[in-house]
Amino acid sequence: MGNKQTIFTSQQLDAYQDCTYFTRKEILRLFHRYRDLAPQLVPLDYTTGPDVRLPYELIGSMPELKDNPFRQRIAEVFSEDGEGNMTLDDFLDMFSVLSEMAPRDLKAYYAFRIYDFNNDDFICKSDLEKTLNRLTRNELTEDEVRMVCEKVIDEADLDNDGRLSLEDFQHMIVRAPDFLR
Amino acid sequence: MAGRVGFHSDLITDIESPADEEGVHDSFCQLIEEQSHDHHDAIEMTSLELEEESRDDVMHLESPVYLRVDSEEPQHMECLIGGRWSSDTLKVLSSMPSRTIGRSRGAIISQYYNRTLQLRRRRQSRPSIQHFPRSARPSIRGHRVETDADEYEEDDNKRERLVNNLQNLSANDRVRMLRAMPLSLSEKKELRMLVLNKAEHSLSQNQIPCCSQLKYYIIIAVRHGWYGWLSFLSSLQLWQTALKCVGGHFGTGVLSYFLFLRTLLFFNVFLFLVTALFLVVPQAVVAPDPGRNTSVTSLWGLEVLTGAGYFSDSLMYYGYYSHQTLQPKHSCSKSINGTSCGLSYNMPLVYFFTIGAAFFITCIILVYTMSKSFGQSFRIDKSKGLLAIKVFSSWDYKVSKKSSVRLQRANIGTQLKELVAEVNREELKFSVLTRLFRVFIHMLAWLMCLGSTLACVLAVFYFSEHMHKKDVETRTRTSSSDGVMLKEASLLAVPVLVSCINVILPGFFNAVAWMEEYDSPSVLNYVSISRNLLLKVSVLGVLCHHWLGRVASDPEQLGLQCWESFVGQELYRFLLMDFIFMLLDTFFGEFLWRLFSQKALKRKRKPVFDIARNVLELIYGQTLAWLGVLFSPLLPVVQIIKLLFLFYMKKVSLMMNCQASGKPWRASQMTTIFITLLCFPSFLGASVCVTYTMWTMKPSAGCGPFRGLKTMFQAGKLWVQKLAADNPNLSWLASAHSYLVENPLFLFLCAAIFLIVIYFHSQVVDGQRKIIELLQEQIENEGGDKKFLITRLQDIHERKRVVSPRGVRGASEDSSYS
Repeated sequence: MGNKQTIFTSQQLDAYQDCTYFTRKEILRLFHRYRDLAPQLVPLDYTTGPDVRLPYELIGSMPELKDNPFRQRIAEVFSEDGEGNMTLDDFLDMFSVLSEMAPRDLKAYYAFRIYDFNNDDFICKSDLEKTLNRLTRNELTEDEVRMVCEKVIDEADLDNDGRLSLEDFQHMIVRAPDFLR
Repeated sequence: MAGRVGFHSDLITDIESPADEEGVHDSFCQLIEEQSHDHHDAIEMTSLELEEESRDDVMHLESPVYLRVDSEEPQHMECLIGGRWSSDTLKVLSSMPSRTIGRSRGAIISQYYNRTLQLRRRRQSRPSIQHFPRSARPSIRGHRVETDADEYEEDDNKRERLVNNLQNLSANDRVRMLRAMPLSLSEKKELRMLVLNKAEHSLSQNQIPCCSQLKYYIIIAVRHGWYGWLSFLSSLQLWQTALKCVGGHFGTGVLSYFLFLRTLLFFNVFLFLVTALFLVVPQAVVAPDPGRNTSVTSLWGLEVLTGAGYFSDSLMYYGYYSHQTLQPKHSCSKSINGTSCGLSYNMPLVYFFTIGAAFFITCIILVYTMSKSFGQSFRIDKSKGLLAIKVFSSWDYKVSKKSSVRLQRANIGTQLKELVAEVNREELKFSVLTRLFRVFIHMLAWLMCLGSTLACVLAVFYFSEHMHKKDVETRTRTSSSDGVMLKEASLLAVPVLVSCINVILPGFFNAVAWMEEYDSPSVLNYVSISRNLLLKVSVLGVLCHHWLGRVASDPEQLGLQCWESFVGQELYRFLLMDFIFMLLDTFFGEFLWRLFSQKALKRKRKPVFDIARNVLELIYGQTLAWLGVLFSPLLPVVQIIKLLFLFYMKKVSLMMNCQASGKPWRASQMTTIFITLLCFPSFLGASVCVTYTMWTMKPSAGCGPFRGLKTMFQAGKLWVQKLAADNPNLSWLASAHSYLVENPLFLFLCAAIFLIVIYFHSQVVDGQRKIIELLQEQIENEGGDKKFLITRLQDIHERKRVVSPRGVRGASEDSSYS
């Protein structure tokens, strides 16, 4: 608008605004959140596009993610290197997709990747078991976990190949209005 | 033999580039022929877990020889995850179109290339010819995946074409596409940069005249301005931090209550703006009516509670408003005959139309919100998928407090356990006696609830009649100062009674529900909502009858000159009492109860916030406000103040006294139900009352903008007639008015047409449901086909490799392919 800020050039801010669901102010606020995680690593001047990566431990300590059982997967999915170490772009991307303004399809795509623990583009039984264990830590017995996994695959697998592909997942999510709010 | 190997490598090649459909078809035919010569290769099919239908499909492809099943080698057609596949099969599998969609950047780029192409065609922008793909065959156009050679081009080439497409879209579409792409942010930025560079490049190349360039700069400036405006708007969002805090602690269920409160606030702000702009401000600017009776016995303090006294002759109530055409004095000073001055403001007409328009616009907004919310939460086929949905979407990502997270985990765990147990156990055969007993308990509970509702309603009815009679008596007597105080206080009696009922009875209903046993918590929710709703609807019904039937029909009995103002005051009192009792209820119900349960009963858990009950309270208050707008144009202000207070009070009380609920709460479905309740019983009831008042009730002769008319509705009619008289061209308006608006036949026709349209739509939905089922079957069949084909190919490949040593050469040839 005319605010004097020297962190980003106006082209950079425009680019961020076009590519994420955030407004200018929100982007700046998110930058400050990012910087607060490690002030000595993150420079105040991003006009030159420095390559700064925050390690996963810092990202995982954010209050929004701290208690989320899937925080490691979330960080892995959104980070460039797949290990959870995030640049500012990854950080903005993550919050953009998790925000309320992102459409359901986009969220479904990333949710699928989050739940796909072995990164083979399918949610197979072991992925499901891991998901369930994270969802309900120590609440269900082994047998119950196995039963739930079988039933889920039974219900959601449309082409009967024994695991959930992205289409199966999306088809199921379309029917769930409470998804990922 | 050579032909065999050649064919074999051809087979692999052709499968890798299925653009050459002919080749594939041929090779498959050859495969079949080959197979038919070799009886040992017959695969046993009976042990395969194919469905019957897919087997039948497969039969078409084969020659009848295959029906001869050989029990030589049982093949297990399990899932395709087997590590038993050879490397070649795996290569083939990994480059199948359906597997690359989610994974590679290239595939995403192709997918979005197609989407942008579709979008462009839909928007009918004019792309240049060279941007069309060379191999755009009609059969695959519009599909999500390109199956021609494009898929294996270089990434840059695909990206180039995507950039071209994006450039040709409009700016809005481009931004929307960019945002929705599931690529990483850095890649999106690169794409955007390419698009912009290309746009600038083409612009500078074409040497546009200077005015187009100016237009270009203007467009950029407008976009900057638009982003700035969006930022400003989002920063204005009311209570955003508070809502995030509540959501983080308590989850989306409780959050939906606060969001509902905010929605109601916006409705009231809208009402207030409309009435203030058109009614209050003009009336306030002009000097008050000279012929009014301004004698008022005001009693300190009690005015705020009763709304009478000093307030009774103010802008707040209907009685203050003038029935003439308002003309500001100074603008009339120069006129000669004085009949028409510069600014004239026909107050009765404006009053009538303002209220009508406000209700109409509110109706439209409500119906729109309700249908949008309904569309999101209603799914056509709800047959299966409950467990899967629960696993994947029951995690509430908004929750961030540790204890709430732990609670949520326990909650989900319990739900899953229950579902699994339900699936496992057999139909619990309740004995006939137990079943009868349960039915008996349910009926008893309903009887108790309905009976108590009826009792309360009768109590309100007779008590209001009693107070009415007492009022009549006291007005005939001369008033002393003590009597005045008592008289004012007695005005509060009925509101207090109604508010007491509203607070006590839902608690009673909860206790009754605790006695019953419901199968699922959602049924319990619905039952309690319906009982509360019934109570409130009947109480409001009785009150409306009291006001419109008793007070309005015979105002002289009470010595009232202005029954509308009186009704307005009554509504004000009810609203206020409702607020006070809500405050008390929050204090006692939540704060003291927490202290009591923690200290005296020594329970660890704090009380749970009862969402349904609180939302119904809000709806009740809003109904009162809507009923009262006609009689008291400033009532929305009271409601706004009340809602503001309520927000902060409930939030504080929530944080201090409550904890997250252990029961599941389907937030979006519940939101839909609340909006529906707001629309149907609440708004519809209020508008029916208001319409009835306007249509049939005789306005009081001594006050208000409609004095002297037979009904309020006549104001509009008279205006139309006056228009027609003044201007003969508009006489059709008068006749149209009398035929359309006053004739009930027209309304019946409209209603009939709407019903027919609704019926057609429901039939369409049924048809779509059937189509969905058919498509699901088809997908299953396709999956079966795929499994079959892959195992067969694998099988053949393995045999070839085992049988002929040249299979090794074939394998080495294959490994040369990426």
